[in-house]
Amino acid sequence: MTAPASAVSTATTIETRAAGPGRRRRRWTRFILPVYSWLVIAYLVFPIALMVLYSFNKVTTGLPQVSFAWNGFTLQWYREWSNVPGLTAAFWLSVRLAIASTLFSTVIGTLLALALVRYQGRRFRGKTLIEQTMFLNIAAPEIVLGASLLGLFVTINLARGFVTLLLAHVAFSIAYVAVTVRARMTGFDRSLEEAAADLGANSWVIFRKITFPLIRPGILAGALMAFALSIDDFVTSNFVSGAATPFPVWVYGATRIGIPPQVFVFGTAIFTVGILCAIASVIIGWRKPT
Amino acid sequence: MEQPVRADHAGQLAPRRRRVRPGKVLAPYLLSLPAGLWLLILFLIPLVVMLSLSLQSCNPATGACVMTWHWAEFGQQLSLYHTQFITSIWFAGAATLICLVVSFPIAYWIAFYGGNRKNFFLLMLLVPFFVSFVIRTVVWQFILSDQGIILGALKNVGLLPQSFHVLSTGYAVVAGLAYNYLPFTALPLYVAIERIDKRVLDAAYDLYATRRQAFLRVILPLTIPGLFAAFLLTFIPALGDYVNQQILGGTGDTMIGTVIQNSFLVTLDYAGGSALSTVLMAVALIGIFAYARILGSRTIEEYL
Repeated sequence: MTAPASAVSTATTIETRAAGPGRRRRRWTRFILPVYSWLVIAYLVFPIALMVLYSFNKVTTGLPQVSFAWNGFTLQWYREWSNVPGLTAAFWLSVRLAIASTLFSTVIGTLLALALVRYQGRRFRGKTLIEQTMFLNIAAPEIVLGASLLGLFVTINLARGFVTLLLAHVAFSIAYVAVTVRARMTGFDRSLEEAAADLGANSWVIFRKITFPLIRPGILAGALMAFALSIDDFVTSNFVSGAATPFPVWVYGATRIGIPPQVFVFGTAIFTVGILCAIASVIIGWRKPT
Repeated sequence: MEQPVRADHAGQLAPRRRRVRPGKVLAPYLLSLPAGLWLLILFLIPLVVMLSLSLQSCNPATGACVMTWHWAEFGQQLSLYHTQFITSIWFAGAATLICLVVSFPIAYWIAFYGGNRKNFFLLMLLVPFFVSFVIRTVVWQFILSDQGIILGALKNVGLLPQSFHVLSTGYAVVAGLAYNYLPFTALPLYVAIERIDKRVLDAAYDLYATRRQAFLRVILPLTIPGLFAAFLLTFIPALGDYVNQQILGGTGDTMIGTVIQNSFLVTLDYAGGSALSTVLMAVALIGIFAYARILGSRTIEEYL
């Protein structure tokens, strides 16, 4: 909580110091940055707003395809959300996949984050190697991850389907979860754990009663990240999916022939759930006593 | 860091400390074992498999591959597809530059003036991630279409000639890449600027620095590692992207990702696709190692 306060004081310092001859000019120039930033945010939100808007668009051509001429408001596509069998199946596959992938990668990534935050130097040889692998995993072009996984599955003759999708999704989520959880864990007060140990608690009790409640916001943020990564993934999934088609892969396939309006309904649903979870996690972060 | 803590407890807790020692020694390794194994088997080993596949000769009909140490594969693939590589570098570079220029001011604003709403603004930067990448690109296809809401409107008021078009050109691909990868640039930049000790800035003003000087000689040098991290985290993923090119681009500006995807999924030329992926990975590795050499290996992963 000290950082924002100091930022505010810096802002006022700049204000008073620079307020000299150029005072009148600064009056309006100080609005440039906020206005610009809001414009960037508007730019980021704009296509999403369009998607939500056009999920309510009537279709007049007879062919159930999204068109970007506004034909009037309708709830038809929300009523008929499950009318495209392939799309509905793809959506539920993606949801199941995202839940499974989130469970695995959150547990594994949190354990890794615990190891990375707490142990350094001689106590944890190979830490640098793991950190570099994580960075490489995040920075590598996704097409290389997908292609190399397909190469592996072809080589060991593993049939492509839900299992290969799950293996791949966990593989690209672990590093993100570990990074997110670790970021929220820095500043963690270890003396609380030591106090519990001094009072005779064993490691499991310490974890359950002290460590876990304190790092829970970080774990939630990591889980949210893993879920978003998995449900949104196209490139890797396209390589390792085989006959099982997740939602983004289905949508990509449909772009050739025109996408049904239900795609935007599902997109809006995923967006709404995602943003609500994110807001909840921000609020939980606020309530966290510091 | 750890020595003094241990010394504090040495008197009272010595016996118990000794008893839990084996667990304590193994703890970091046990905690990182599942993640380590998963990343080893499903990230590092596949990269090795990919390298080995690129040296094998495959039968396109059966998909069976035999190791032949066929190093010439790299030369053949590069001579066949060097234009696509150059196009990719060009598009990804342009998009990354746009991302850096667009996101630096907003990262700066959030870091310095975000106050207690920083988390809210960061969430706003991440909003695009809650919509599937493919859908976002499809929406851009509609936005940039010839009679779409922007070009159509501009054409109707006569600001643009009727024949003007963006879709199916490199500009549309760069626009799509710049939109989709902007958060990957903005977040590391934010981390870098956020970390600047505000007192250093105060000191600069105390020494009569103008705002321009303070920015150019204090803030900018301190964010250089973050700028490079942002560059890598945007440029490398954008380099392998093919969704934007496939949905927004034309046939004349194929990127290397499209070629790799076709090799693996359409023509089943695993050797060729692997060779190209290996080259792409090598480019990524060179970038990361260059960063580590110039700016120190410890710093880069702090920006994730």
